[in-house]
Amino acid sequence: MTVDHSLAIENLTLGYGDRTVIEGLDLVVPAGRVTAIVGANACGKSTLLRSMSRLLAPRAGHVLLDGKDVHRMPAKQLARTLGLLPQSPIAPEGITVSDLVGRGRHPHQGILSRWSAADDVAVADALDATETAALADRSVDELSGGQRQRVWIAMALAQQTDLLLLDEPTTFLDVSHQIEVLDLLTDLNRSRGTTIVMVLHDLNLAARYSDHLIALASGRIHASGHPADVLTVSTVREVFGLDSRVIVDPTSGKPLMLPIGRHHMHDAAPV
Amino acid sequence: MSTEILADKPRSQTTTADAVARGRVQRAARRRTVVIVLAVLIVLVFALSLMVGRTFYPPADVIGVILGRDVSGATFTVGRLRLPRAVLAVLVGLCFGLGGVTFQTMLRNPLASPDIIGISSGASAAAAFAIVTLSLGAAQVSIFAIVSGLVVALLVYALSYKGGVAGTRLILIGIGIAAMLDSLTNYVLSQAAEWDLQEAMRWLTGSLNGSNWSQVLPVLAALAVLAPVLIGQSRNLTLTQLGDDTAAALGVRVERTRLVVIVTAVGLIAFATAAAGPIAFVAFLSGPIAARIVGPGASLLVPSALVGALLVLVADFTGQFAFGTRYPVGVITGVLGAPYLIYLIVRSNRSGGSL
Repeated sequence: MTVDHSLAIENLTLGYGDRTVIEGLDLVVPAGRVTAIVGANACGKSTLLRSMSRLLAPRAGHVLLDGKDVHRMPAKQLARTLGLLPQSPIAPEGITVSDLVGRGRHPHQGILSRWSAADDVAVADALDATETAALADRSVDELSGGQRQRVWIAMALAQQTDLLLLDEPTTFLDVSHQIEVLDLLTDLNRSRGTTIVMVLHDLNLAARYSDHLIALASGRIHASGHPADVLTVSTVREVFGLDSRVIVDPTSGKPLMLPIGRHHMHDAAPV
Repeated sequence: MSTEILADKPRSQTTTADAVARGRVQRAARRRTVVIVLAVLIVLVFALSLMVGRTFYPPADVIGVILGRDVSGATFTVGRLRLPRAVLAVLVGLCFGLGGVTFQTMLRNPLASPDIIGISSGASAAAAFAIVTLSLGAAQVSIFAIVSGLVVALLVYALSYKGGVAGTRLILIGIGIAAMLDSLTNYVLSQAAEWDLQEAMRWLTGSLNGSNWSQVLPVLAALAVLAPVLIGQSRNLTLTQLGDDTAAALGVRVERTRLVVIVTAVGLIAFATAAAGPIAFVAFLSGPIAARIVGPGASLLVPSALVGALLVLVADFTGQFAFGTRYPVGVITGVLGAPYLIYLIVRSNRSGGSL
């Protein structure tokens, strides 16, 4: 099982150029749980995730992993504890699945140390966990969108980090592949205790698959906590400017948001 | 976390590990075979170009000259003419191969080679100016060339920067800059007191005619210093192919890698250009040829360097002896490279291809 690491954000301000995206944000990521971040487009979700994994230096404030500022940690040391799967990683032309997944081993390899049997096992483990072992010798170019996303997740798994951040891991996937990917991440969390933080577009999937839900609006945390407390009619209205109804999802018991829109009011007025 | 098993499938997991290991060993074996075959071919062509010429010298004579013995006739022809020429061919080929594939890998585009995006042209224009107009010596010429190469690299980068650098914009701007710099070279050559066709060919297409040891030394020194630095970055370089964010998340310091790699690659290109001119398309061709024979995934630095050396050796040999007239090496590599350039442009119109 994994060690519980603490990941906390203190008074974080982020921006690009003269635009401030996140301002004075505080956040504690629950260890060993699945956290989902939702919010309207351009509310700073991806920016926040990038800064948590040291890709974007803060204007002010800190991202603290076990009490240490991630922006001052050695890059490889951080990469052994904290992994990130960006929104659109690039697969080099012709690269095979097992070769790509093997790249995840980089932070565990020294400048001179060669590839070891432990690396092979870690890659195999990641391929098996994502059910991509049968694709190992295939070229990534030939895969379907769902397979490709599983391969990228396998690469992040091969990195063997106790914390894994994912930026919209289900974009461009059809619904069955979205469920497949999120089930896989849940397996990972339950069997290994990996702390997962993911940015998701779909509110209902976010509520269903997270233990902790964060709603971000204009660079601040609007609401956070158990999905049932966060995914409410008022949050949806305030964060997305959308009228909705929220019912209990009969399959999962989690909240389920039904957007109302202007044309489909059948028997209920907005609540 | 160690390598515990997620699913309860220890048997299948071992077999997967075996398959992973097998694939990796196969890839490594293929790469090793390619490197060995290329090295052997280089030695063969190198030996051939020492023996063959207007007069044929048997291996014994050539070895005698290399060992410093006095062999009548051969000591001058082989020792003073053929040996420095062949050594320079190998060295500049290695430099162009390394520099070219570095840029192509970093910018994820085979068109983004230093001889297409103006860096070689910059180094060449500066070298021509330093030699023809200022009459400087080899060391100063190299410094002129490297400074100019770096300035051009910076200029192309700055001009194509628009909230991030898009590959296509960088390449188009580079091609424009290259055209300007080439006309500058033409101008410098046209102002030369005595119009020397050999010298002109060197700065326009690259030539090994009249190679001597004073040209060899700076290139050798540059390779000895810069190639290990570049090869030390090879894993970081291949990881940046996954995109900056992915590479950074894997613990690569992307900006630092990029800086080190650009400076060393420009250095190699500039030193080679200062010695032999911008030998057409060697930097551009070596990487894609190496990628084709090594297969995907592996670091291409060493294979590409060897392909570069082999290309220059073979092209120079062909240029000297295959036709009635002697052609400079750059004319031959130019004939090889141009069709490939056209092929790439046609193909990249259909799909945004990479190396």
